[in-house]
Amino acid sequence: MVEFTLPKNSKIRTGKTWPKPEGATRLKTFHIYRWNPDDGENPRVDTYFVDLATCGPMVLDALIKIKTEIDPTLTFRRSCREGICGSCSMNIGGQNRLACIHGIDEEKGDVKIYPLPHLDVVKDLVPDLTHFYAQHASIKPWLITESPTPEKEWKQSIEDRKKLDGLYECVMCASCSTSCPSYWWNPDRYLGPATLLHAYRWIIDSRDEATGERLDDLEDPFKVYRCHTILNCTQTCPKGLNPAKAIAEIKKLHVERTL
Amino acid sequence: MADVEQGSRPLSPHLQVYKLGLTMIVSGLHRITGVGMIVSAILIVWWFIALAVSPDYFAKVDWLLTTWIGLLVMIGSLWAFFHHLMNGIRHLFWDKGYFLDIPAVEKGARIVLFGAPVLMVLSVILIAII
Repeated sequence: MVEFTLPKNSKIRTGKTWPKPEGATRLKTFHIYRWNPDDGENPRVDTYFVDLATCGPMVLDALIKIKTEIDPTLTFRRSCREGICGSCSMNIGGQNRLACIHGIDEEKGDVKIYPLPHLDVVKDLVPDLTHFYAQHASIKPWLITESPTPEKEWKQSIEDRKKLDGLYECVMCASCSTSCPSYWWNPDRYLGPATLLHAYRWIIDSRDEATGERLDDLEDPFKVYRCHTILNCTQTCPKGLNPAKAIAEIKKLHVERTL
Repeated sequence: MADVEQGSRPLSPHLQVYKLGLTMIVSGLHRITGVGMIVSAILIVWWFIALAVSPDYFAKVDWLLTTWIGLLVMIGSLWAFFHHLMNGIRHLFWDKGYFLDIPAVEKGARIVLFGAPVLMVLSVILIAII
């Protein structure tokens, strides 16, 4: 359902302003969403000051610096710090990004950081992605075949392999799905751009033998067709992929097979 | 995490924090104009029904629909019509898989955003001349 406002327990209060580091030469202000499951309070936005002269270039560098030097309770996911694991996806300056490959200098003025939008918050910048992963699993993101397994690998021509470019690179960071208003209003029945991009990746894989069943599963008023081409997904993808295009291709295949 | 009562988890902010982009605005307006035109369609049908009912009744309805507020709604509907039409054409191309890269969608959004008011003004001028 479309709900423009946040529920009562989710309304954001003004939080604490943490002290400025001493002797700083290049101060940058960070406003960061905080919520602690243990204190029973509403979420708040805390303000931190980071000296860029002694900080790495990326937003993740600043978060780690804050956690190390100012406030060890600040909680966020991170791992590879090079945009390949998809852990540190969050809303930075109003768009979903990977903190590790988003430069602090790309944010003019203060940096505002929130968790990925319209998800249950576990703590601070850590949202609950259980449902998101379950949706991904629902499209069977693996090779399905009926033919006997070949002795060596399943072969594919260079042209067929090229069709997977722009799809296989997805790191499942959930930036696209949680940027999508359709996904905000119908997360239970609409699969969302990330899952649909993966669905398309298996549909057009020349080695896969369940193409028809995959298309059948998606031919549903909600699973694919809540996509209204708002295009937030493609605008926000930190890997520069195009989920909106993948969804359009699925819709096209639905039409083409009836002709 | 087993001891955390999951029902109390807050919902992370969405519309409150998400940056409004061009394509998002044009898409939102597509929905709003689509719904809005139902209202203006009802008004126009009412206008015609009034014409069939009686001259007195028509005079009343016609007066209402040509007050400044009525004109504002009607001229607004003209914009809504052109916005919805132009964006609808964009949707037709998208359904064929065309123009879905970022530069193309940005350009398309701009054309719709500025084209619809222009067509509205042209139509008003045309109606005024006739």
